[in-house]
Amino acid sequence: MARMKELRDKNITHALLQEIKKKAGASSRRVRVMEVCGTHTMTIHRYGLKTPLERAGVEMVSGPGCPVCITPNEVHEACLDLLTEKENFILASFGDMTRVPTRKGSLQTAVPALRSTVKIVYSPEESLALARSNPDKEVVFFGVGFETTIPSIALTVRKALEENLPNYSVLSALWLIPPALRAILQAGETDISGFLYPGHVSAIIGTKPYQFVADEFRVPGAIAGFEPNDILLGISAILDQLREGRPKVYLEYGRAVTPSGNSLARAVMEEIMEPKDAFWRGLGRIPRSGLKLRNAYAAYDAQSKHKLRIEEGSGDLPGCRCGEILRGLITPPQCPLYLEKCSPDSPFGPCMVSFEGACYIYHKYGRQE
Amino acid sequence: MCLGIPAKVTHFESPQEGKVDYLGTKVRVNFSLLEDVKIGDWVIVHAGFAITKLDEEDAQETLSLLREIAKAQEG
Repeated sequence: MARMKELRDKNITHALLQEIKKKAGASSRRVRVMEVCGTHTMTIHRYGLKTPLERAGVEMVSGPGCPVCITPNEVHEACLDLLTEKENFILASFGDMTRVPTRKGSLQTAVPALRSTVKIVYSPEESLALARSNPDKEVVFFGVGFETTIPSIALTVRKALEENLPNYSVLSALWLIPPALRAILQAGETDISGFLYPGHVSAIIGTKPYQFVADEFRVPGAIAGFEPNDILLGISAILDQLREGRPKVYLEYGRAVTPSGNSLARAVMEEIMEPKDAFWRGLGRIPRSGLKLRNAYAAYDAQSKHKLRIEEGSGDLPGCRCGEILRGLITPPQCPLYLEKCSPDSPFGPCMVSFEGACYIYHKYGRQE
Repeated sequence: MCLGIPAKVTHFESPQEGKVDYLGTKVRVNFSLLEDVKIGDWVIVHAGFAITKLDEEDAQETLSLLREIAKAQEG
């Protein structure tokens, strides 16, 4: 399983592209596939699939699948307020969150209050370890993520309660993919012939939560893995569904995803968190698209514990078109700031910060058009 | 951020914690989100947690599908 070299084999890639070209050529309409997940965007560009796919008749559009990007600036700013105003705090965060620019700077550039600091963590558990080893400090974990990450954050909160840790809380920015897809489809702003569904979100939620896309909106889709030939197999399956007029949720990534997903992980999420309406960058307020801690865990909610004010939509940066990129309305080079005022060294918006941000990926793999 | 790496389980320190081998590097992983993980299993690791097991049989199906496509193209 370590080396499934066929998944990257260039001859097979070529053969799949030929097959896709034949299938897309048979379609009477323009084929536009949204890759929901930023890690898919990364594979598509790293392996140079975007242009060959276009030549084969399939346009790939990036979607909202970058949690760093869709977390609106007012949430990042609430974190900055904590860091700059409260003494004796440790703000624990995943690395790329610390570079997101806001009106108040970024977590990396801000000057912390006395004895306060930012610590970059790789896992939610590391933030809990910080709370254990620093009993004299207040530790806040900036917990951001989709369904892939949420169960790990939920388990960490449960552990904090079990250990009765008084100096730990989570500023949560937790996002659910299916309601965001519904919002994009309902808005109808952009033509989407099919969705390439995120592989690791699906490992948790399974196939069923996407079924409405096929049933209600008649839009095909495929859950794909992260190797280049995984993605092409997924696109090929979407083209089959288009031709047959039978949209469904095709599972290409069956080695990691079961149709029912990870029920243990979902049970942990449901035990500790409950749905809430959430405000996404670019997409706005979407019903039941976020999660918050249940009442039993309220002591670990950083927003109420530290009285953080988060006003929806207040943090937008004038000129940044990240929101339109996340909705699939424009490509990064269509933003006037792209590589002018906004580059990885000096990002203006979050899509240029995150390794899963479309602007960062376009720049890294040198796509100008 | 949803990046997950395939890795092989090498040993357990407790039922919930242990290590995996990722391209020769031993990485500490929490297994609390999975049932019945055994040494030698392949898992996807994300943010320090194993989130799903990899299924060998299904992987082989994908591989044979890919080989067929390559063969059809040659033919």
